[in-house]
Amino acid sequence: MKNLWDIFYKGLFDQNPIFRLALSLCPALAVTSNVYNALAMGLSVMFVITANNVVVSIFRKWVNPKVRVPVYITSIATIVTVLILTLQAYLPDIYKELYLYLNLIVVFAIILARAEVFAAKNPVFLSFLDGLGMGAGFAGAMVFIAIVRELLGNGTLMGIQVFGASYDPALIMILPPGGFIIIGLMIASFNLIGQHQDKLKAAKQGSDA
Amino acid sequence: MEEYLKLFVASAITNNMVLTQFLGLCIFFGVSKNLNASIGMGMAVTSVMTISTLLAWAVYNYVLHPLGLEVLMLITFVVLIAGLVQLLEMVIKKHAPALYNMWGIYLVLIATNCVVIAVPITNAESHNGFMTSFVLAIGSGVGFALALILMASLREKLQYADVPKSLEGLGISFILAGMLALSFFGFSGMITL
Repeated sequence: MKNLWDIFYKGLFDQNPIFRLALSLCPALAVTSNVYNALAMGLSVMFVITANNVVVSIFRKWVNPKVRVPVYITSIATIVTVLILTLQAYLPDIYKELYLYLNLIVVFAIILARAEVFAAKNPVFLSFLDGLGMGAGFAGAMVFIAIVRELLGNGTLMGIQVFGASYDPALIMILPPGGFIIIGLMIASFNLIGQHQDKLKAAKQGSDA
Repeated sequence: MEEYLKLFVASAITNNMVLTQFLGLCIFFGVSKNLNASIGMGMAVTSVMTISTLLAWAVYNYVLHPLGLEVLMLITFVVLIAGLVQLLEMVIKKHAPALYNMWGIYLVLIATNCVVIAVPITNAESHNGFMTSFVLAIGSGVGFALALILMASLREKLQYADVPKSLEGLGISFILAGMLALSFFGFSGMITL
């Protein structure tokens, strides 16, 4: 049971796709200027990564290692097409807003990486958990970035005024340059926390010895 | 003619792929540690982007669209570009080994990259004509190369700077990219697409 939880949990912090592995950064900047879009994009990626992990894991014994990458890419492209058609039918507003970036899910390094590193070697249920954890880590990071950017850049959360009318929003935060700067600072703070934890761990080991 | 010139400048500078649309960030941060590698990568991306856009344009307009198979666009483009890159790699390796040694490895890296596939998708979505697609591809490629080379030059200088430990590596690079994006933002009123 502990093991299952670890498989899920590692994607949230230790191997967070955005802050730790620095993979698939394009959407992390492009659609995080408001929380609603970030959530939609995060959930879409979570769906694709989980579904693809399951598919790859089911077929792992039949795929010849030499042609594995084209097979994975075709599988991802199919799932993304299904997702796009579904969104187009039921949530046309989101589809219109995120069209280009939804298509680009197909080339996200994190999805291919999980298929290659985890799903190709592990049974279906474990791969499902791994995809869910990585996807949740991704979606969580996206929403987190979006909350900071929308709050500072527009004074709102999901379109609702938070700071009141007197707040003068720092518009740069929802513009492209602000996105880069915010993510740079966030990566730095994640590193800082990581370094602090390492130091604590080293100190603990020192006192044990 | 004027229209195409406008489109070129807009796609290279005011709508720069990396700095305003955030495409190709993996390459942008991965390769920009080294100026020579950036020049090679910029050239590789520009040429692959142009060739694959033209090919994708032809496939979309002469095969997928007449047959009503737009649904398969994404799968087709991905396979098409990955195949094209493999082919280019083999041809260059055979006929121009010097060129291959210089930037052959970058070719493999861009086989499935968002910056290359974004332009064909944009063209298909807005039903662009042949010339428009062509100019958009070249403009976007040149813009990407420009941003990459600028960034690499800045990062080479950064090696001599005293950066706080937690900001080292990606952190400071992102902030630097933010500054670069800010300066590109200055052009934004010049031309709109």
